[in-house]
Amino acid sequence: MAKLRDHMGRPIVAVTGIGVVTSLGVGKADNWAALTSGKSGIHPITRFPVDHLNTRISGMVDFLASSSKGASPLTYELAETAAREAVAESGLDSGDFGGPLFLASPPVELDWHERFALYNSDKDDAGAERLLRVARGLKELDVFETTQFGSIADRLADRFGTRGLPITLSTACASGATAIQLGVEAIRRGECDRALSIGADGSATAEALIRFSLLSALSTHNDNPEKASKPFSKDRDGFVLAEGSGALVLESLEAALARGAAVLGILSGCGEKADDFHRTRSKPDGSPAIAAVRAALADAGLSEDEIDYVNAHGTSTPENDKMEHLSLSTVFGERIGSMPISSNKSMIGHTLSAAGAIEAAFSLMTMRESVIPPTINYDNPDPAIVLDVVPNKKRDAQVRTVLSNSFGFGGQNTCLVMAREPV
Amino acid sequence: MSSPRDVVITGIGLVSSLGEGPDAHWQKLSQPGLQPVLEAARFAPYTIHPLPEIDWNLQIAKRGDQRQMETWQRLGTYAAGLALDDAGIKGNDDLCATMDMVVAAGGGERDEAVDAAILAASESRNDRDVLLNEKLTTELRPTLFLAQLSNLLAGNISIVHKVTGSSRTFMGEEGAGVSAVETAAARIRSGQSTHILVGGAFQTEHSDMLLGYELAGYLHRGPWKPVWQRQGAEGGGVVSGSGGAFLVLEQREHAVSRGRKIYAELGPVVSSRARRSRGELDTEIAALLSRAALPDGKLLAMSGASGAHAATASEKAAFEAHPAVAARGFATLTGHMKEAQFPFAVALAALAVDRKAAYPVFDATAEKPFEGIPASVLATAIGYHQFEGMALVNAA
Repeated sequence: MAKLRDHMGRPIVAVTGIGVVTSLGVGKADNWAALTSGKSGIHPITRFPVDHLNTRISGMVDFLASSSKGASPLTYELAETAAREAVAESGLDSGDFGGPLFLASPPVELDWHERFALYNSDKDDAGAERLLRVARGLKELDVFETTQFGSIADRLADRFGTRGLPITLSTACASGATAIQLGVEAIRRGECDRALSIGADGSATAEALIRFSLLSALSTHNDNPEKASKPFSKDRDGFVLAEGSGALVLESLEAALARGAAVLGILSGCGEKADDFHRTRSKPDGSPAIAAVRAALADAGLSEDEIDYVNAHGTSTPENDKMEHLSLSTVFGERIGSMPISSNKSMIGHTLSAAGAIEAAFSLMTMRESVIPPTINYDNPDPAIVLDVVPNKKRDAQVRTVLSNSFGFGGQNTCLVMAREPV
Repeated sequence: MSSPRDVVITGIGLVSSLGEGPDAHWQKLSQPGLQPVLEAARFAPYTIHPLPEIDWNLQIAKRGDQRQMETWQRLGTYAAGLALDDAGIKGNDDLCATMDMVVAAGGGERDEAVDAAILAASESRNDRDVLLNEKLTTELRPTLFLAQLSNLLAGNISIVHKVTGSSRTFMGEEGAGVSAVETAAARIRSGQSTHILVGGAFQTEHSDMLLGYELAGYLHRGPWKPVWQRQGAEGGGVVSGSGGAFLVLEQREHAVSRGRKIYAELGPVVSSRARRSRGELDTEIAALLSRAALPDGKLLAMSGASGAHAATASEKAAFEAHPAVAARGFATLTGHMKEAQFPFAVALAALAVDRKAAYPVFDATAEKPFEGIPASVLATAIGYHQFEGMALVNAA
């Protein structure tokens, strides 16, 4: 009989469904094939004109029906598509899921195209006064709903028949991992047998790009887009803005086994620690990231020696990769030079609110397939960062456990530990 | 029976048009016939409840930190500081470093002048996407983005007050406030956390914050009326207010061991998502009332009713079906504070329990008096558009 409780006596949390969408394609099969062949999804921006922009490349998802319809519709479609794949794989009822929903998604704002359309539908007075007057005459709720922070989750709850009040959350670039953590905690507390955790981000608008650009966060390697995201390289110059979604069906191991579901992996630990140093920079000693990694290990009941692979946050910004190296070296000591650590972002870019969920999905597949996806564009190693980044080519390896890191703007750090088998 | 893992409230930070802090709010709200603070001209035809004078330096010591935020984040950081002070946690490095945080947030303020200039230019240009790039790349203040990001209210609380155990931001209007309190309480009850800062803030004095309601015609227009009396009046019934509410929730054992004053115990926190287009709101409110484990006998209820016509009518009808309930629609006096509405309701409920007295009626026409000591007080937030929640707050 399988062990159903973890080292702290809590229900073990299994993954029974995985779904993913990135610029590399829809679904696990296409994504995994591209990811393990070292293919980049980064490409020139075509969704809007790039006049005046310093960065003209991204990992946008341009092949969905909502790709040109604005951030809210695209984020919904991304979330729905990944969740549909995950729930189908789990074998649960796709219209009556029967557990809570946790959605990591970007903050919403009235889209500029809507703003222009509202404003120019009238001629009287100006500015906000005109917008407000036009707004109160609208007969449809479509535009309104794109501005409500809870609306995407509300629609998803309808679509999948999730239970209760859905939670929409943001911990910046750690959001996707936080959505998974909330699901894990709800199952451990015995509030539910299953949860649907989704990270989705379709918010790569011109304004989003400009905002990150003004903070000097983005790569400007426009001429060779596939080469722009180069985590841990000496000439890395920023992240590549990207879109995507990842969804996991989480289930108590007991419930999954009872209904004969295939167990795809175990969510064995979650750890978090906030940084109080600066709004965009992390504490120079890396202590919050170190504490988040250690908290995840402790939560999983594993020692440093028991982690086989690290799915890095690895954004390709000068700051993140340096800090991540510092914190991993501190936690793992001398072993750090010989343990595989790769960054999916080298191929899919930084999917922001979705990143933690997508990278958890890829971490689980890494263990199932016994293949570690590479860090591509690793042509010019940073001598200050000595890591085995699985350079440029995938590697066959037995991976029993993965640590996946997510470190956010605003100091929100979340780490997940996953395992192939219940330990 | 009290248990060591009960959730208790040991800190309250409040800001609204009525003032700041639990004492100021109690003093004002316990005055019979208190008149609301209203601003009817600045955003006409909309009336709002404006922020009081605030000396930000009292909770955000560094000017540099203040400059990195707009009013919404300052307000939240300020209210969070009040709650931490009240709980005796501010400045205690050990307690702050192990403190968890759940913030209910919307978005921050956009640059209205830049937006207005872009809109004005759009009247004479067809290449609007290029116009957008041209203006945004040259006129946006780089750090403004950080002042707009939802999760940066929590980020600023970490930076200013050093709360760093964990940091989560929930989004989704009133429902975010409900989930924040519900999740925080569940973490404490299960032993996942010993002390949590939870709350939110809303800064309504910005056109985009009004637009967020008015794209569906939710705002009340014309002469101001109490929250229960806006049915049939011009507009959609919501009068918004600027404010913030943060609570320090603590495991009873943790609070007792450090000898802190306990305002109240936080009992059941319940939430739901009625599919309102299918007419489920009335039955969901009834179900929430039954799940909240209401005590026998008369009960004071701090209602977060927004005034939105359909939602407020449903809530009012539900109370009328429970004759023992004496509701107080506090938005009559504070306005609707969106993400902060539910934490505010819980805070006012805790104050009444602590002071062993009910609030007088806020609207003599629609509310009934409550005599005696309220041993338990209900807090509600029925979303103006979606999501609902309630909590029962009990004597410590």
